[in-house]
Amino acid sequence: MWRDAALVAGKDLRIEGRSRVALSQVAPFGIVALVLFAFALGPDRQVMAKGAPGLFWVAVLFCTVLAIQRSVSVESSDGARDGLRLSGIDPAGLYLGKAVAVAAQLIVLEVLLAAGVVLLYGARIEVPWMIVVSCVLGTVGLAATGTLYGALSSGLRVRETLLPFLLLPIAAPVLLAGTRIWQAAMAGGTPASGLQWLRLLVVFDAVYLAVGVVLFGPIQETA
Amino acid sequence: MAPAALPSSAVSLRGAVALSGRFPLLAGVDLEVAVGETVLVEGPNGAGKTSLLRVCAGLVPLASGRLSVLGLDPARNRTTVRRRVGLLSHDSHLYDDLTVIENVRFAVRAAGGDTSRIDPACERWGLVGRLAKTPAGKLSAGQRRRVALAVLTARWPEVWLLDEPHAGLDAAARTLLDQAVLEAAAAGVTVLIASHESGPVEELAARAVTMTGGRVTAERSLVPPSTTKAPSVAPGIAPDVPGAAREDGRVAHVA
Repeated sequence: MWRDAALVAGKDLRIEGRSRVALSQVAPFGIVALVLFAFALGPDRQVMAKGAPGLFWVAVLFCTVLAIQRSVSVESSDGARDGLRLSGIDPAGLYLGKAVAVAAQLIVLEVLLAAGVVLLYGARIEVPWMIVVSCVLGTVGLAATGTLYGALSSGLRVRETLLPFLLLPIAAPVLLAGTRIWQAAMAGGTPASGLQWLRLLVVFDAVYLAVGVVLFGPIQETA
Repeated sequence: MAPAALPSSAVSLRGAVALSGRFPLLAGVDLEVAVGETVLVEGPNGAGKTSLLRVCAGLVPLASGRLSVLGLDPARNRTTVRRRVGLLSHDSHLYDDLTVIENVRFAVRAAGGDTSRIDPACERWGLVGRLAKTPAGKLSAGQRRRVALAVLTARWPEVWLLDEPHAGLDAAARTLLDQAVLEAAAAGVTVLIASHESGPVEELAARAVTMTGGRVTAERSLVPPSTTKAPSVAPGIAPDVPGAAREDGRVAHVA
């Protein structure tokens, strides 16, 4: 499983390295979304800073949808998905590999978006480690759910519209927990209020990774 | 402990029915293919040839009937069967952003194949030099087909399922393909060739079955391939492949 996961993750990251879709299209999209949010909130820096945590995670969610759609489309051309099935590759390894590749791209995007939030909204981060941990855990959750639902929608002609419809509600706990942790990290003081949300993210990640490892194979065979 | 008996049938279908929604892809196929046999599956477009090969590869499940590939039920032994079977389909299963050699390496590694056979296989199909480093997205249809064939010959599975194998290939590549098929057959590999134009591939097979409406409706013997075209051993692949014939004439399988 781990060997197959490394193989698939390496393949997907190599493809991204060549096509640069995440950097040249998804990242600019995320930055534009942040700029538009800033326009919508108006020139008041205090209001913008207060809304920064939620807007950051909404932008991350939008970018996740695009990154997952790209991950799915890579396997859609020239029967590549059938090629993977025919190879006898471990479905759990395939799932983990694709999730790792998506997560790696999301981490890079989140660094850019976090920088955008600090610069555009004037957000001040008092407890940086909480931000880092929330981003890592949130990314794992989004990649785990996104890869699973991406597989579910992959064989359908309506996958471009179905994926966000399926994924966004499921990812709501990540949005909620991530936002609360960012609020706690920006407020400073005791991080206790953020810790309970971090625990929620850990549980969310564990559940969806386990579900994905078990269900990805059957989904791939029927989608 | 005595070694496990090898199956006499490489592929066995009994009353096999496969559906796509409510549409019947196979409507009760009965077919036995012996280990090491090369069979031509002929028939018009839409007869069910491609579906038959996809069923044998474990890509399409049976709605009813029985299927055994190398003595195994593909529904229960999915990974094992797929690793021992190779399907050359209409799609080449390539990633446009990866180079030719990267595509072959990935496909062989994903199938758990021996990576030492990648370079000889690429050489056989002329995928060397600049072409090996060309992104698959820039290849012609025939070149993509060659890459798919390089993957197949590098993997050297025990059952080859070839769907319209000559499609898109130039004369030189068709000759190379014929040589590879004869070589595989001589090494004990089981080969199913689906084609709507039986003429060019008839000399590769010993038997032909005709499909119509999702069923096998006729069967005929062909001239044994060894009497029509001697297998030409191309450099690099045949002598050292794990799929080469053992003393008992069977194919040695490498997991």
